[in-house]
Amino acid sequence: MVGIPTLPRRYHSASIWALYGIGLCPAVWYFYLAATGGLGFNPVKEFEHLLGIWALRFIIATLAITPLRDLLGVNWIRYRRALGLLAFYYVLMHFTVYALLDLRLDLGAVGGDIAKRPYITIGFACLLLLIPLAVTSNNWSIRKLQQGWNRLHKLIYLIAAGGAFHYVLAVKSVTFVPFIHVALIALLIAYRPLRRPILSWKRGKPKMAQATR
Amino acid sequence: APLTASPSAFKVDEPLTPKEAVTTYNNFYEFGVNKEDPSQNAGAFKPTPWSVKVEGMVGKPKEFGLDELMKMQLEERTYRLRCVEGWSMVIPWIGFPLSALLDQVEPLGSAKYVAFETVVRPEEMPGQSGFFQPLSWPYIEGLRLDEARHPLTILAVGLYGETLPNQNGAPIRLVVPWKYGFKSIKSIVKISLVEKQPETTWKNANAREYGFYSNVNPAVDHPRWSQATEQRIGEGGFFGAARRPTLPFNGYADQVASLYSGMDLKANY
Repeated sequence: MVGIPTLPRRYHSASIWALYGIGLCPAVWYFYLAATGGLGFNPVKEFEHLLGIWALRFIIATLAITPLRDLLGVNWIRYRRALGLLAFYYVLMHFTVYALLDLRLDLGAVGGDIAKRPYITIGFACLLLLIPLAVTSNNWSIRKLQQGWNRLHKLIYLIAAGGAFHYVLAVKSVTFVPFIHVALIALLIAYRPLRRPILSWKRGKPKMAQATR
Repeated sequence: APLTASPSAFKVDEPLTPKEAVTTYNNFYEFGVNKEDPSQNAGAFKPTPWSVKVEGMVGKPKEFGLDELMKMQLEERTYRLRCVEGWSMVIPWIGFPLSALLDQVEPLGSAKYVAFETVVRPEEMPGQSGFFQPLSWPYIEGLRLDEARHPLTILAVGLYGETLPNQNGAPIRLVVPWKYGFKSIKSIVKISLVEKQPETTWKNANAREYGFYSNVNPAVDHPRWSQATEQRIGEGGFFGAARRPTLPFNGYADQVASLYSGMDLKANY
């Protein structure tokens, strides 16, 4: 349906490792900028916010894999684990920078924020919910958990919605950048219940050349 | 342009925030919502010619030309600035007491509040046009008349020995050092003396989070974040950024707390 050339199978695993490498580039680059005075006059906050935004971007990319396959015939399922894990790493770094560099490991303040401030409560809950997903993001767990694995990993929808909510609650006014991230997450979640009707409608139409499965 | 001003006793004895930080880390949503937006987008703004209309419940309404305002008795005032977002600066402003201007228009006895308004120029202020408008324009603010007349309250026309950069609210802005920064309205074109408490932009946007008074108060948290501490901009860098405790009335309690005696500051946030 679309003319994206398929990658020869022998490059698949190398391309996944490349994705991990590329995916960590924003964190490394912004860390370098922050440490050398390139992130403005409030570098901790800036770095913290950038990590959070990139976490959302990787969640968006993770959620986009299925609709891309359904609607455009592009099968990038092999990258989904890396994208999901990258999202987890960014959430973890986001929280670490907040606790370590912003609040200087004042655990009382961290605990107070988590208990009192809904957007931090939600953000922290998302971090906790991501842990079982990250821990089971390997072939052994998929085999071991069987159907349970699929059910467990449906948590990503709750986490994505929580992350979007966390973002909206954290900003002073919802402008273009927050809007676009939240809209994409909403769209990608809303796609799920529509998936079955869309797929059966597509199947009913005359066969089109599908990209490789 | 360089600006001369006489020294004043109102001088915080703390290290100044570097001028580059004061002029590149700004909240001025008329030029965009990111901190670097105002310094990057304010180049096309024309702060001259300019005039400020002072009207309402006054004996002598008057439109002040900028030349006239620049001829007021200018003083250098080094004040703390505490943003509602949890960061702070120390800034050497140049300006004159708002009361000096109010005296000239002779407020009537019925006037209880002062309302302020920022200029609307979508063609020069990119944040005022486009599909996503973070706030409704014009930006409006207000003070009680006694707050407006307090000697700490100034109209600033410069900082760091020069006229105000566009991104800091050129050519004339309010500075009320014991209130959160958003009360210190920028690029003022109108001042009205009124009887009832005026509407204010951030209160209109979210009344639960931004009150009319908005006095700096570490004991009253913003609903979404703590106000107990603040990050002094330009201090500590990336690895050593240490938050400092926020002071009641931003450290000006001795001068201003009496304005609010008997008031419940939790209810009147």
